[in-house]
Amino acid sequence: MDWSAYLPMILQGAGVTMTITLASIVIGAVLAFFFGILRVEGGPVLSTIALCYTEVFRGTSLLVQLFWFYYALPLVGLSFEPITTGILVLAAHAGGYGAEIVRGALSSVSTQQLEAARALNFNRFQTLFRISLPQAIVEMMPAFGNLAIETLKLSSLVSLISIADLTFTAQSIRNLTLDSASIYSVTLLCYFAMSLVLMVAIRIIEHVVRRGDVFPRSAHS
Amino acid sequence: MNETNDPHIIEFSDVTKRFGILTVLDNFNFSVAKGEKVTLIGPSGSGKSTVLRILMTLEPFQEGKLTLAGTSYHEPGGKGPFQASETHLRQIRNHVGMVFQSFNLFPHMTVLRNVVEAPVRVLGMARAEAEARAIKLLQMVGLADKRDHYPVQLSGGQQQRVAIARAMAMRPRVLLFDEPTSALDPQLVGEVLSVIRDLAHEHDLTMLLVTHEMRFAREVSDRVCFFDKGRICEQGAPDEIFGQPKNERTREFLASVLG
Amino acid sequence: MMYGYEWDTTTWLTYTISILPIILIGLTVTLKAAAAGFAIALVLGLVFALLRRSRVKVISWTTAFVVEFLRDTPLLVQLFFLYYVLPNFGIVLPAFLTGALALGLQYAAYTSEVYRGGIEAVGRGQWEAATALNLTRMQTYRDVIIPQAIPRIVPAMGNYLVAMIKETPVLSVITVLEMMGLANMIGERTFEYLVPLTLVGLIFLLLTLICSAGLHRLQKALPKAGIPLR
Repeated sequence: MDWSAYLPMILQGAGVTMTITLASIVIGAVLAFFFGILRVEGGPVLSTIALCYTEVFRGTSLLVQLFWFYYALPLVGLSFEPITTGILVLAAHAGGYGAEIVRGALSSVSTQQLEAARALNFNRFQTLFRISLPQAIVEMMPAFGNLAIETLKLSSLVSLISIADLTFTAQSIRNLTLDSASIYSVTLLCYFAMSLVLMVAIRIIEHVVRRGDVFPRSAHS
Repeated sequence: MNETNDPHIIEFSDVTKRFGILTVLDNFNFSVAKGEKVTLIGPSGSGKSTVLRILMTLEPFQEGKLTLAGTSYHEPGGKGPFQASETHLRQIRNHVGMVFQSFNLFPHMTVLRNVVEAPVRVLGMARAEAEARAIKLLQMVGLADKRDHYPVQLSGGQQQRVAIARAMAMRPRVLLFDEPTSALDPQLVGEVLSVIRDLAHEHDLTMLLVTHEMRFAREVSDRVCFFDKGRICEQGAPDEIFGQPKNERTREFLASVLG
Repeated sequence: MMYGYEWDTTTWLTYTISILPIILIGLTVTLKAAAAGFAIALVLGLVFALLRRSRVKVISWTTAFVVEFLRDTPLLVQLFFLYYVLPNFGIVLPAFLTGALALGLQYAAYTSEVYRGGIEAVGRGQWEAATALNLTRMQTYRDVIIPQAIPRIVPAMGNYLVAMIKETPVLSVITVLEMMGLANMIGERTFEYLVPLTLVGLIFLLLTLICSAGLHRLQKALPKAGIPLR
């Protein structure tokens, strides 16, 4: 198999995969914080809405969601570019899981911390943004890391709605060359490499989050 | 309402507090004069910490009336004694500070920021001014050199001293101490007590202290109240209570804690 | 299997009713695939976990690498790999088995971590106490380690089962006719995707909710008296 002909295609596909993944992670994180905070602080109506969002996007299969938005939405007059659909659905999916992470971390902030904030007369927003979230974010980081890797892996499903990502490219090359073993091995290795890059990036972010305002790792005394 | 004429800064009248079916405070009456230093003693579960937590608005109560500096906890138009709006409660909280048994410093903030954050955010003080005051307070508790440390890097006694500075930074008129030394190793108790002793000399500051340190209570308080089963069984000057307690329960309790 | 069926697309309700039987057939395929995949994941995951604890460095490191690789690459590509490459080695499996195997492989990577965590959480002291009582290695696992590990392991395993059920639609790309694949085929023939896809989504949602509730009950029913969980 002559790789020189296919390498640019593979790299291009990997680029699309990375773009979709990063965009989904960023949008997903915004959704996660928005709905996660609503779950905890939203009052009965808003927290129920947030609950519905998380349950729907966590409870229905991602592939079903992708097809639903890809095939079904145009029928009711809404249509996006496939790549937009792909990113939005992946982001909403990640956001659903992320919102649960945010909710869990926020509710793990101890009542003692909340009482201290109350005794100092912080209002709800100050308590949330100055006391709870900074402590909760540290707790969220490992789970968010897993979610990011998960999003990268799941991004391969967008190939099924005709987006030319890495998996889609691999399929095309296989159809041309019929050399399944090589092309899928290379593709798996590419994904593995991207996962490693993502993990390193997450470690760096985690390090920054810990060091900046938050807990030094080692306690003496 | 006119507080200059009212000698009492805190007034509980017929306050009843229940946790489910358990009545913790039963038609509780209690008042504290401005600047008075009052120690609450008694067996655990007798309701003394609940008094502090109600004052700090950390716990609701079901019946009765409570006023602080002339302001009722019960908001006019509210349905029950504690159906007050958050806005109303925040006004009350402006007058009260609290030091917790487990310090409850904010772990993600340095010592200095722990002390500065609330004056800046809540009182709207300029950061520079708040920091200058914070450093003075940290000097008072002997920890100015630890300003850039995080709470986990401090001993329990040091953390509690920072917590006292943090509470004082809000200029409370009433300062509540909820067993401030109970979570400390014995050798660290002294440093915290000496900071509280210094505060007790502040003429205008009203202090309510729940503690098991009887000798200290005797030394700093103007008045000692013995709690049992949600009521004050006996109260009076420290020398009376510790010297010649009249109530049988008080005698039993003191005998058990003084050994 | 679709020939000979007629769908009444006049209203969404009649459409739903007319496709429901076929979607439910798909549901059984979905559940069977998840069950088979999960069985593979449970067994293979345990194998991975034990190999990972091997004292021979080459074995434990190789296992660690394989687990990491499986965890960090997409199920879809693994599925294509198995489906298109295995026949090159003379292994020709029915699509259903290939799919179950792919699910099982990917999730074995997850379950091996669960086993490992569960076993490690029991702690050294328990091993030492068992040694002091002169229990054999088998007895230690059977009477000391496993009973303490189970309440830690079961909830996580349950969550992976639910996650796996939701990933089964991927098998439709290798012609396994599970629920979503059927919904898509119906959509292709009627040009009406909204109802079948929504129906499948709702069934998944229902499945997830039921499984979570069942898991919750199972968790409560587990014998865990006295075991310090975290």
